[in-house]
Amino acid sequence: MRLSSLALATFGITAMTVAAFAASHANPALEGPVKARNAQMGMISYHTGLLGSMAKGETPYDTATATAAAENLAAAAEMNRAVLWVEGTEQGAVAGSRAKAEIWSDAAGFEEKAVGLETAAAAMVTAAGTDLEALRGAMKGVGDACGACHKPYRGPKN
Amino acid sequence: MGWALRAGVVLVALAIGLGWVLTRPASLPDNFAADHIPDPENGALVFHAGGCASCHTAPEAETDGAAPPVLAGGLPFVTEFGTFYAPNISPHPDHGIGAWSAQGFARAVTLGVSPQGQHYYPAFPYAAYQHATPGDVADLFAYIQTLPPSDAVNRPHDVGFPFNIRRGLGLWKRLFVAKDFVVATDDPILQRGRYLAEGLSHCTECHTSRNALGGLDRARWMAGAPNPSGKGTIPNITPAVLDWSENDLIAYFTSGFTPDYDSAGGKMAEVVENLSQLPEADRAAIAAYIKALPAIP
Repeated sequence: MRLSSLALATFGITAMTVAAFAASHANPALEGPVKARNAQMGMISYHTGLLGSMAKGETPYDTATATAAAENLAAAAEMNRAVLWVEGTEQGAVAGSRAKAEIWSDAAGFEEKAVGLETAAAAMVTAAGTDLEALRGAMKGVGDACGACHKPYRGPKN
Repeated sequence: MGWALRAGVVLVALAIGLGWVLTRPASLPDNFAADHIPDPENGALVFHAGGCASCHTAPEAETDGAAPPVLAGGLPFVTEFGTFYAPNISPHPDHGIGAWSAQGFARAVTLGVSPQGQHYYPAFPYAAYQHATPGDVADLFAYIQTLPPSDAVNRPHDVGFPFNIRRGLGLWKRLFVAKDFVVATDDPILQRGRYLAEGLSHCTECHTSRNALGGLDRARWMAGAPNPSGKGTIPNITPAVLDWSENDLIAYFTSGFTPDYDSAGGKMAEVVENLSQLPEADRAAIAAYIKALPAIP
């Protein structure tokens, strides 16, 4: 009894040490994808912001700028997920990650939401090149796609 | 029997009688919405404004599809008073509310009293829904009748003593369900925003803090609160803290994008799903109301 609880405690301390080590001495193989994903989210947010400020009427609509922003948004949405959403990079395992483990346990569901953003971004490319009304209409699609994935697959801010 | 004992018995009987009167479930006047012809299309808007689907669809149900919501219930609400489970409010005659009368439904929504005359727990936001107009409630009932029935069986709440005595909720209602709105205004747009934010859309249920008994602190209206689901806090949305413009708020309610182009998270993502289905004028009215809130740091 005493031995087993000692073993358990030793195991626990070892596990905690390993976890602390993993957290402080980041594993580049796992840290890289998280940094890249956060950069990808930054790209998506920046270009959506350009479109959004036109939709809100804060900046004047112009076809060339809107199209450029929408094309970059679509490109960011279409980035190959195989090297970005690497298993073992969930929130808690790697600093800066808010990815939920469900991304990997429910891979098909995650893929569906990711394709949802690709579809919404492609629709935005068409809309952005059409006129302001079309752009405003397409904003909701992009927002829905972001939310549809963030709701099940993004963890809370700390 | 001594006079003291007799007086004691009388006092106890009086106290019980008074308690019985004070905790009695209220009823609606018989002519509530009597002359109104129910309009299920407006009922759908009331349904979205009220966020009914967010709590009454099954936890595993997809809510972002185009399919009509199945109001099977089952979502758990873990609170310090116990765990509540959202009931089946689909139009199933046995397991849902298919056999209810419009009057019974209105009493449930606006007074928090079941057709059997029992108080509902305030996990059901009737403190906000009490403001709903008779016409809107009748329309909502008509709309819910058009949704698919579910035969899911209601799960009983898991609530310990003394909160398991529903009669006591009558006292809670007397103490904490104030009849009047918090923000006073004569402006019709602000009144519409107030009707939605303080009433149907029940923003205040999460954005205002509560006392130890779960009553809303009307002096700190919309000034933020601990997250009822346990993690983090619900933000202060009064102008003392929230610096978003009216346009920012409208865009947020439409697409879920914050001014930084992050997207709404947690329960608020579901609120956006609901608000995005309202007419833009309603989202603008809520935005105007939020900008007009008393600033509370």
